[in-house]
Amino acid sequence: MKAPTPKLREWSWWYLLFLVQFVAALWPPFYNKAEPNWIGIPFFYWFQLLLVVIGAVLTAIVYFATESDRN
Amino acid sequence: MAAINWTALIIFVLLFGFITWLGFAAAHWRKGDLDLLHEWGLGGRRFGTVVTWFLVGGDLYTAYTFIAVPALAFGAGAIAFFAVPYTIVIYPILFLVFPRIWNVAHKHGYITAGDFVRGRYGNRWLALAITITGIVATMPYIALQLVGLQVVIGAMGIYGEGWVGDLPLIIAFVILAAFTYSSGLRAPAAIAIVKDALIYLTAFAAVIVVPIELGGYGKIFAAVPQAKLLLAAPPAGSWGSYGAYATLALGSALALFLYPHSLTGILSASSGHAIRRNAALLPGYSLMLGLLALVGFMALAAGVDKLPEFAGGFAAFKNNFAVPALFLHAFPSWFVGIAFAAVGIGALVPAAIMSIAAANLYTRNIHREFFRPDCTPQAEAQMAKWASLVVKLGALVFIILVPTQYAIYLQLLGGVWIVQTLPTVILGLYTRWFDDWALLIGWAVGTALGTWMAVAVNFGAIYPVTIGGFSLPGYTALYTVILNLIVAVVLTPIFRALARGEPADETVAADYHA
Repeated sequence: MKAPTPKLREWSWWYLLFLVQFVAALWPPFYNKAEPNWIGIPFFYWFQLLLVVIGAVLTAIVYFATESDRN
Repeated sequence: MAAINWTALIIFVLLFGFITWLGFAAAHWRKGDLDLLHEWGLGGRRFGTVVTWFLVGGDLYTAYTFIAVPALAFGAGAIAFFAVPYTIVIYPILFLVFPRIWNVAHKHGYITAGDFVRGRYGNRWLALAITITGIVATMPYIALQLVGLQVVIGAMGIYGEGWVGDLPLIIAFVILAAFTYSSGLRAPAAIAIVKDALIYLTAFAAVIVVPIELGGYGKIFAAVPQAKLLLAAPPAGSWGSYGAYATLALGSALALFLYPHSLTGILSASSGHAIRRNAALLPGYSLMLGLLALVGFMALAAGVDKLPEFAGGFAAFKNNFAVPALFLHAFPSWFVGIAFAAVGIGALVPAAIMSIAAANLYTRNIHREFFRPDCTPQAEAQMAKWASLVVKLGALVFIILVPTQYAIYLQLLGGVWIVQTLPTVILGLYTRWFDDWALLIGWAVGTALGTWMAVAVNFGAIYPVTIGGFSLPGYTALYTVILNLIVAVVLTPIFRALARGEPADETVAADYHA
């Protein structure tokens, strides 16, 4: 058995950022309302679309943070 | 039905001709020996971040999705938007879990989930259960892609009785079968780039042009009945539609990457890094899907179902006609041709990948495992090419002979079935603690109960579970996979105590890392 190299390290605290989109997306009482609307689109719809963008940005942050950890 | 829309049809046919050429030409793209299964069926694992983005995007966000999600918004309202949280939660899973399966598959030459299970657990029967589940769940999915194609062909006025009416569908499928046979996964990868460009163009045109014509988003949402605008507040003693919405999103997300075609797309990436980058880039498609769901409300506001020229279309295709009707109503004919081509080509990409994935499964985990253990690599690849033809032919016959509604029922059941492979495949990436026979029994219990529950609620997705007087209506797939997991956890220590020797496992911990 070889000693595990740092590259093999699995867990990163950055992964906790994923919880934000997980919890926000899966808790409908939080966003099931019409107001405030945005250009006539009820909150329910624009918030979830915004959450897609937020999720993508958080994932990108986790990617860059953990990639540089590995190098 | 209205007369044939020649402008739209000509543009549709030209674009179809172009992707047909592209599909055959793709055989020479990043050239490899197509007589080997990993070259034909995984594109030689050579796709970088960008091609993977197009391929997996074209693979997961299917033509049927683009028709059915707005149709659900049109018919049922807010609940249709579960597709958005669904596609939000899949990406952390993709990021964390799938580089592991890519690494172990790369190291051991695995092409399917069945290959991995065979190697990890050394149990051919567990691998067979995973394989059959994959093939059976994929078949109705391919058939549903044809529904998307059928709807847009019908919307252009090509419509007939008997086999003449099915002729365009048959032609499209012959094209699909031919280029998949000759080019393998390279064909849908190349075509996906064209298809996605067209789909993005269509989606953005729809969310910008149509609201202008209809007088803004305020007017559109004002036309949506109050009961459909938001999720209904849960009654006392129940988590009501909130629970249904969240469990649909989570259960669908857990099922998605277990589908054979998802895995085929992911394994064709050139590295785990390409997969991780795509977890941040693929939400672009989620955004588009969310915008397209809004198109369902636009169709509602435009009242397309009440316009006499669309009465025939709604009679034939029900709410699935909402989006094509809106496009016909709001766009000039030439753009209708582009939009319909986007949906039509959008059907061929996932159908090609699904048939390749099912063919890989059959060839590797049934044909070679049980019938021809000593077949040459060339014979193996040839078998997969034949299997892909059989799979597609099956889907075509199914959609022509059987009412569409059955394909929808089966696709719903497919989601419940495929999620039962989660403990074996996904948890298996992290631990070899589970006993393989315990996993197999958990799979059987989950599959049987999930089927029963779905039939009991008349092929609805939501089953009303009651615990201590509190009602928890939720997605059958999620409930049954939890039970499946409990069975596997309870039985594992028992089977371990009875077993002799160490459990088989051809993989080691380092195989799961880059």
